[in-house]
Amino acid sequence: MILLWYVLIPTVAAPLAWLAGRRSPAAARWVALAGTAAPLALVAAQWIAATDRLSAAFTAAGPGAAGLAAGSWVVDLRAPWIDSLGISFFVAADGLTLIMLLLTFGLGLLSVLCSWRGITTRVGAFHFMLLWTVAGLAGVFLALDLFLFYFFFEMMLIPMYFLIAVWGHERRVYSAVKFFIFTQVSGLLMLVAIVALVLIHGRATGVYTFDFTQLLGTPLPAGTAFVLMLGFFAAFAVKLPAWPLHTWLPDAHTDAPTAGSVLLAGVLIKIGAYGMLRFMAPLFPDAVAAFRTWALALGAIGIIYGAVLAYAQSDMKRLVAYTSVSHMGFVLIGVFAWNELALQGVVLQLVCHALSTGALFILVGGLQDRIHTRDMARMGGLWRVAPRMGGTAMFFAMAALGLPGLGNFVAEFLILVGVWQVSRWAAVLGAVGLVFATVYALWMMQRAFQGEETHRLSFPDLTRIEVGMFASMIVALVLLGFWPQPLIVTARQTVDGLQRMTAGTALVAPGADASTSTDGASGGPAVTDGAADTGSAPATGDGGAP
Amino acid sequence: MLSLLWLIPALPAAGSVLLVLLGRRLGRAGTAWVGTGSVGLSAVLALLVCGSFLAAPPAGDAYRQVLWTWFDVGGFAPAIGLHLDAVSIVWVLVITVVGFLIHLYSVEHMERDDGFTRFFIYMDLFVFSMLVLVLADNLLLLYLGWEGVGLCSYLLIAFWQEDAQNVYSGRKAFIVTRVGDTALIAGLFLLFTHYHTLEIGQLMHLVASRSPAPDSGVVLAAGLLLLGGAVGKSAQAPLQTWLPDAMAGPSPVSALIHAATMVTAGVYLIARTNVLYTLAPDARLAVAIVGTVTLLLAGFSALVQRDLKRALAYSTISQIGYMFLALGVSGWEAAVFHFMTHAFFKALLFLAAGVVIVALADEHDIFRMGGLRRELPAVFATFTVGAAALAALPLVTDGFYSKDLIIATSLGSVDGGAWFYVASLIGAFVTGLYSFRLVWLVFFGARRTEVSRRPRWRQLVPLYALAALSVTGGFVWMPAWLGGFEPLRKLLDTALPPAPMEGAAAHFAESVGAALITILVVAAGVGLSYVLWMPRRERTQAFAAAPSVQPLVALWLGGWGFDWFYERVFVRPVKRFAHWARHDLVDHVVGGIAWLNLAGWRGLSAGQNGRLRGYLAVTGLGVVLVLAVVVLR
Repeated sequence: MILLWYVLIPTVAAPLAWLAGRRSPAAARWVALAGTAAPLALVAAQWIAATDRLSAAFTAAGPGAAGLAAGSWVVDLRAPWIDSLGISFFVAADGLTLIMLLLTFGLGLLSVLCSWRGITTRVGAFHFMLLWTVAGLAGVFLALDLFLFYFFFEMMLIPMYFLIAVWGHERRVYSAVKFFIFTQVSGLLMLVAIVALVLIHGRATGVYTFDFTQLLGTPLPAGTAFVLMLGFFAAFAVKLPAWPLHTWLPDAHTDAPTAGSVLLAGVLIKIGAYGMLRFMAPLFPDAVAAFRTWALALGAIGIIYGAVLAYAQSDMKRLVAYTSVSHMGFVLIGVFAWNELALQGVVLQLVCHALSTGALFILVGGLQDRIHTRDMARMGGLWRVAPRMGGTAMFFAMAALGLPGLGNFVAEFLILVGVWQVSRWAAVLGAVGLVFATVYALWMMQRAFQGEETHRLSFPDLTRIEVGMFASMIVALVLLGFWPQPLIVTARQTVDGLQRMTAGTALVAPGADASTSTDGASGGPAVTDGAADTGSAPATGDGGAP
Repeated sequence: MLSLLWLIPALPAAGSVLLVLLGRRLGRAGTAWVGTGSVGLSAVLALLVCGSFLAAPPAGDAYRQVLWTWFDVGGFAPAIGLHLDAVSIVWVLVITVVGFLIHLYSVEHMERDDGFTRFFIYMDLFVFSMLVLVLADNLLLLYLGWEGVGLCSYLLIAFWQEDAQNVYSGRKAFIVTRVGDTALIAGLFLLFTHYHTLEIGQLMHLVASRSPAPDSGVVLAAGLLLLGGAVGKSAQAPLQTWLPDAMAGPSPVSALIHAATMVTAGVYLIARTNVLYTLAPDARLAVAIVGTVTLLLAGFSALVQRDLKRALAYSTISQIGYMFLALGVSGWEAAVFHFMTHAFFKALLFLAAGVVIVALADEHDIFRMGGLRRELPAVFATFTVGAAALAALPLVTDGFYSKDLIIATSLGSVDGGAWFYVASLIGAFVTGLYSFRLVWLVFFGARRTEVSRRPRWRQLVPLYALAALSVTGGFVWMPAWLGGFEPLRKLLDTALPPAPMEGAAAHFAESVGAALITILVVAAGVGLSYVLWMPRRERTQAFAAAPSVQPLVALWLGGWGFDWFYERVFVRPVKRFAHWARHDLVDHVVGGIAWLNLAGWRGLSAGQNGRLRGYLAVTGLGVVLVLAVVVLR
């Protein structure tokens, strides 16, 4: 039941915030604060309560009848919804879900806080949209029924659209529409793929269902699987965003209000990675393996292209947006490397990127509130004016360029060392991307905060709320940099489960050498276990092709 | 006592964090106490810990302290762990002791600076990073320190950040060294993939036990990749270009970068992973060639610089080149020895130069100095000691003992050769020339600029202390013909393989005769520099300005055109592409699709104009087309 609260609390708080907004803006803000803080506390409590369970060794006897490693799920809830179509309200949480929920509500809370002063018009409606976005995000991460997943996937789009279109900056309508069309079109492709998968599964087994756990292992001809996989990939690659489907992101980020940017960069684009991990690869492991080279290339291009474009921007917010394109390239190559090192790196990268980029967006937003521009040509020497802001910007610039000692480094290192096992060139290009990251991060620092102060700007340094927000993010990133183990343990069962679900496919064992090298001493037997299991059920691979 | 090892890096880190948290509330005196005191305590602790290590060496001549497991993913579990052995002892002592002296000096040097607190935050972080680098028990933690010093070098070179030029120099240092780091981290990927660990001791053991048979290609590649990282951080050719610009930072920063931290990291890395290079002779040869080329290139560049600190910067590049040469001919211990002596005299030279520059109201040009011998006698005395050690003046300077050892090893080692020997002698000659050129030009001749500020005790004590070390530091390893008192060698033998000195060449290289050759070459260099820049200064300058010589001087002055080359081949194309693509090329495609839709809409709505004639014509055309398709199919 607890899982339902994660969606319900923000959903209910949203109209309350709107109503409260009619009284006073402050009331709406407090309602929104409570509407994000309460589920954050809940998920934190659940996380702590589940510590033993998560850190326990992987005990489930491999993939069960449904193909799901039952042991890795902390809680699940299943209720019929549209029975005639095989659609159910099926939500469940494992370690990865908990991490994504922590991110959702944590960044939701930060978005409320960073809008405390910046948003002054239609405050009630603003927080309504914000809370609904959060509710939709929570639903996306919880859903295990593909229709339900699609439902939430679309649901959070609409409030996000309004956040950008109403409270955004200069070209807000253009950017909002662009964001909407990109996501909508690619989402429809995914819907087509989902429906096709359900029909194929139904014809083969007589059971028409959208239940992800039952759809796993549907026998598919290789060509069909590849096309369906592309449908999922399109949706998630747009979200992520992967090059060359990224162009909505710089516009959306630039014109979104700060809270919108924080949610976009922190959580919304992570759906892309989450969807690939949770749904795409387990459903179509061989097709994903066949697509690997292409995806690695797209990811590597994205890393370098995003970094170079970030360097080329003069709008500071746009610069930060392009760094996301670069960082999500790491996520893409990590997902397609699909070994334990890379996948753990991906999960860590999702969290660390949310914190570091979220902080940079809050910082740019704060700067824009103060000097009413994002154009770095009109900044320079701001360190002298606001030294705390300068120091904070320096810290998060270092996080962006992957400085060791901060979580981002551990994430990127794990991804690259995992990718190296699969493709050396992709790993090398990723490492080269870190040089370009240095270039844009330092260039941003120079243009905004260093150099001569020629514009005679004068404005107050960080407020208390801001200091609190940044301090918590700094502490989190340093902790993750020196001791990321709690997060790794939390995600371990999920990652192990994913590896087992896809064991025996081309995805896990591209060559005998790589499989022995990625798995440690304990991983060896697991691989053979999984291979035996998938072998018994004619789930994946060429067995079902003819 | 040994269990306190973790405190040595932790103290400077704590100092830095404390300064961040308390900020200006501490005041200048408080900041100075925290900033300097944390490093001072760390130095005292380092002396105690290393003393107890030497008094009672632990089993295996190494002490390992694992603090916690960094992370554990699929059997890859690097530790936050420290490793103390003879090599790290030398580095730790130099970093903390010299680092403390530099901190003490900085209290006075930076006393009027607005960013006093910020300065000490960065300096403490710098010392912390370097200590982590040399104490790390695995390559990933080493990489953490490695990047940390890169960051601190950027922050400190760009310390006076109101001047965009300084920020440029800082960025250059960070970015150029990060290019090398890309090679290093690729080396880490490679080593981990093949050996499933990055713990240095275990890794070296595995490499040695599985060699030479199936892994020789891997070992060679790993050696070259690690060399790539070392070349970047240690400012060796072809990535040396950041160091001459690094003098944009305050003088104590230069002292720290050049002596105690940062640039010797590459020497440390290669000495630490010497097994790789022993097993991959081609990689080792590459190290020797890099060192030789660099020591010559930088030596000639140092000869023509006008900026005092820039000349010293090139001298550092050249001296690190000596260390690389030593590493490349399997003289691991000689490289460590030269690192130590170099740290003493180079810190001394930069600190003395800092006093001179401040005394002359920020004058960097040596041709506008002169005659400071009487004005700043203490600085004159200590700078001369430093220059003498740099030039390797025989017997009374530490630089002589270490450099002579490298020169001897380059000839006598079975991995050495005549070419390396000759090159190192040429380098020694040039070093004598350029180091005393500075002495003559700065301290002798006519006075050209007024002295506005004189050093007090916080600056003088470090100068005297470092001068004393620059004289006595070499006595810990005397050549055989001077009695062979060599405690440092005995210490280093516990951690490093001795240089393979065999055969007739080795016999000659270790003899008095070979030492006499070195002494003569050095003396010739110093003597010629006296002739050129004391009695015949004007004629030398006129000669350098002559049209036939001028291009060569300009080439040396600009560091052999590396910057020029990189600017055109890497920097400008990337900038041009970025500028050209700044509106996102891909978005043009997206915009194109939108435009096509719009155009289609315009076209179709133009057709919907209410004219019956047009509709009929189009309908008729459609019918004809359909019929044609049906009939002709």
